[in-house]
Amino acid sequence: MSYRITGSTGEWEIVVGLEVHAQVVSEAKLFSGASAEYGGEPNTHVSLVDAGFPGMLPVLNRECVAQAVRTGLGLEAEINLFSRFDRKNYFYADLPTGYQISQFAHPIIGKGKVLVDLADGSTREIGVTRLHLEQDAGKSIHDQDPTRSFIDLNRAGVALMEIVSEPDIRSPEEAGAYLRKLRQILRYIGTCDGNMEEGSMRADVNVSVRKPGETEYRTRCEIKNVNSIRFVMMAIEVEAQRQIEVWEAGGTVDQETRLFDHVRGETRSLRSKEDAHDYRYFPDPDLLPLVIEQAWVDELKAALPELPEAKRARLEQEYGVSRYESSVLCVEQAIADFYETVARGADARLAANWMLGDFFAALNRTGRSIENSPVSAEGLRELLGLISNSTINGKIAKEVLEDMVETGDSASAIVERKGLRQVTDTGAIESAIREILTANSDKVEEYKGGKDKLFGFFVGQTMKAMKGKGNPALVNETLKKLLSE
Amino acid sequence: MSGIHDFTLASARDALKARKISAVELTNAHIDAIERLDGQLNSFITRTPDQAREAAKASDEALAKGEGGSLCGIPLGIKDLFCTNGVRTTAASKILGNFVPPYESTVTANLLKDGAVFLGKLNLDEFAMGSANLTSAFGPVENPWKRKDSDAKLVPGGSSGGSAAAVAAGLVLGATGTDTGGSIRQPAAFTGIAGIKPTYGRCSRFGTIAFASSLDQAGPMARNLQDCAILLESMAGFDPRDSTSVDTPVPHYEAALKRGVKGLRVGIPKEYHVEGMPAEIEALWQQGMTWLRDAGAEIVEVSLPHTKYGLPTYYIAALAEASSNLARYDGVRFGERVSAPTLDGLYEASRAAGFGDEVKRRILIGTHVLSSGYYDAYYLRAQKVRTLIQQDFLKAFESVDVLLTPTAPSGAFAQDEKPSDPVQMYLNDVFTVPASMAGVPALSVPAGLDARGVPLGLQLIGKFFDEETLIAAGHAIEQAAAFHHRPTIHAGVSA
Repeated sequence: MSYRITGSTGEWEIVVGLEVHAQVVSEAKLFSGASAEYGGEPNTHVSLVDAGFPGMLPVLNRECVAQAVRTGLGLEAEINLFSRFDRKNYFYADLPTGYQISQFAHPIIGKGKVLVDLADGSTREIGVTRLHLEQDAGKSIHDQDPTRSFIDLNRAGVALMEIVSEPDIRSPEEAGAYLRKLRQILRYIGTCDGNMEEGSMRADVNVSVRKPGETEYRTRCEIKNVNSIRFVMMAIEVEAQRQIEVWEAGGTVDQETRLFDHVRGETRSLRSKEDAHDYRYFPDPDLLPLVIEQAWVDELKAALPELPEAKRARLEQEYGVSRYESSVLCVEQAIADFYETVARGADARLAANWMLGDFFAALNRTGRSIENSPVSAEGLRELLGLISNSTINGKIAKEVLEDMVETGDSASAIVERKGLRQVTDTGAIESAIREILTANSDKVEEYKGGKDKLFGFFVGQTMKAMKGKGNPALVNETLKKLLSE
Repeated sequence: MSGIHDFTLASARDALKARKISAVELTNAHIDAIERLDGQLNSFITRTPDQAREAAKASDEALAKGEGGSLCGIPLGIKDLFCTNGVRTTAASKILGNFVPPYESTVTANLLKDGAVFLGKLNLDEFAMGSANLTSAFGPVENPWKRKDSDAKLVPGGSSGGSAAAVAAGLVLGATGTDTGGSIRQPAAFTGIAGIKPTYGRCSRFGTIAFASSLDQAGPMARNLQDCAILLESMAGFDPRDSTSVDTPVPHYEAALKRGVKGLRVGIPKEYHVEGMPAEIEALWQQGMTWLRDAGAEIVEVSLPHTKYGLPTYYIAALAEASSNLARYDGVRFGERVSAPTLDGLYEASRAAGFGDEVKRRILIGTHVLSSGYYDAYYLRAQKVRTLIQQDFLKAFESVDVLLTPTAPSGAFAQDEKPSDPVQMYLNDVFTVPASMAGVPALSVPAGLDARGVPLGLQLIGKFFDEETLIAAGHAIEQAAAFHHRPTIHAGVSA
């Protein structure tokens, strides 16, 4: 079902394109040796190049280029062997040189695509127009002094990838799915940590609306610097609503840059097209054109990790997990790796059930992520092994897992310590059952009289008497035998 | 009997090595000369006599142990466009205020490594923008030469006017210059000294304040080409901190002096016979051809068909880059700040107070040619023409080894003869700009005096990274011209 907004004149379709600014994972900045690490005391990760001192020159960081190429490969995009850096000129206090070095005319990455999964189980392909490398600006701090602003240049010069999508997005849900998928790919390849709270991923959202069936786009507005997926989705909704109201009131939407205020749930004009900067782009004469070799691209491609789509397909094939399970297991590479470590030495189906069930529940309960999971993959595998070889049953295993989370002990140590080893001695099971049957002779009579439901009662009583350690299959089998005597 | 001020850089170097003179003596003599003469010439913005004496002392210690680099104990002046660690660097602009860089430019670091002694920072046109050294915030530089019939103050050319004047007057044994469209060659010609603009990428631009990044190139200025060769060998070299510097070995330039010009093919670009060129410039050019022919070279006429577009395209390309390069002087992080209640106000007030008229004019033009709607007509077209100019040279160099032209369309003019039309002033660069646009090396050597007794220079233009052939050809002219004149204001006994 297509997403539609109903206005007073009928239904409207929305058209959205996203420009995502993703901070490149690298030790150093795009054109200087200063640390690109997030945080730090203000103005401590700043070189003379970043601060725009006289005579300082940019020198391109090869690793940042490699990261852009890897990302391009992850987006199945064209890799441009020739690209070029341009200067985007504008004055601002946190832009030390008075220009941002970016790639305007010749980006390093051309057309690519992102496959997104939607809630109804369908998938859509969102086109990527281009990806280019550029410098981040510094940070202006206006709220610490009534008359002065402060500047922190730690971020100035850090490498960003600007990833521009085609105007292919037709609903807030698709925008959210696109961003999640993009972030997943970036995190898989290790080119951006995708942390929107720290600002390492931000989105400019281009929104327009039109009547279903119209082939031309109407005027769009750009909502700048939205810093969470939820806000992107909200911003699209309220901006589309606003534009529809403008059109329906007989007005026209002006091309402008707007800000999203998530507290008030509205967008506000930042500057109109007339006030737009003339950036006076021209090739940066301090840098040579960026020419890379196909052989290097091939090398980077060969070293690329398995990407989400490929991993899902393989997990489904190799381990027999469902489409849904593969999507959950592949959300993050670390989860998939964890799963595979467990599954390789255990029953793969059992492993998937446990990961998606009790294991994730334990992570949620403890507030841990997969990287610092209280139970290692090897530990979980051992636990599942104990189920598979009938040392413990599933119910006891849940108890053991909780103990593992709490104490960090291994599953077998806990089983030994607590004496949880499953009883498979038929003699012991038989004597336990005989005791139950003797103590409940009235119920035995009822059962024999046709009240089959009571079988469960006898199982429960037996397990209780055996402190849960009875092998369920043997208990069942023995009960049936003794009840039919 | 020659005095201490008659040393060339090369002869001083030899005398120092032979311990016939001490570096302290040599340095003190130059410091004295600066104190005596520079009040009038104004070639220095910042003098560093104490540091110079320290360095000279260290040089003597090294020399006494038989150590020391190629420039050990040699007193030099540094154009105040090169950042010098701990020494105020101004670009002759108010906007830098009392900026003291905590770093050293690669070129000056190379000279220091070879033992040079820096006497101070030399005056220039503000941000190297000018052809007469009249735009400096620290006042104009006076050319040490006088016309024989008048006492008028002459300009030393620009933008490396302080460097040229200081070398010509014997205040330093050599100086660094930078050349964007002729800023080494034209002042060298105006002051009767030699100067080399190397191939673009030969000397690192790291730590040199940028005017037009795709054109700026540092080079040596000294009394003769041997001195320039010694300096260039020290200054040049690949620098990983400048992405446009080229990783090719630095030859022993001094050795090229002795190569001679036998069999050398010297091209005469016919388009350089510009309209209105004074007869004595034309005559000097002819003289240069004769000298080279007599020394065994072959003179060939060549064509550089896009020459006439050199100046206009240069002033588009260079000023476009300059408008962007100078954006960092905004009063926020260093240099002059004029406070204002808003950020835009701070920019406007700081830049209005900090930049001089010529710099403002160039920023405006540069901003204009990059503006939306004008970019294609100006900047983009200029880039295309620049490629054509480069191809002109490449094509010419298929049939000749060097090109010979005048350096400038006139000798030094008087400060009060400065043309009121800025474009008229830009015409000074008509012969020097094309080589800059192409990126090829070029030099100027003194070749004679004009009718009023003011020096004139000849320019040689060479192939990419073939400074050696240039030096060889230039030295042949030096030998034939036997230019031993000294300016009126000069530290030596012959003055």
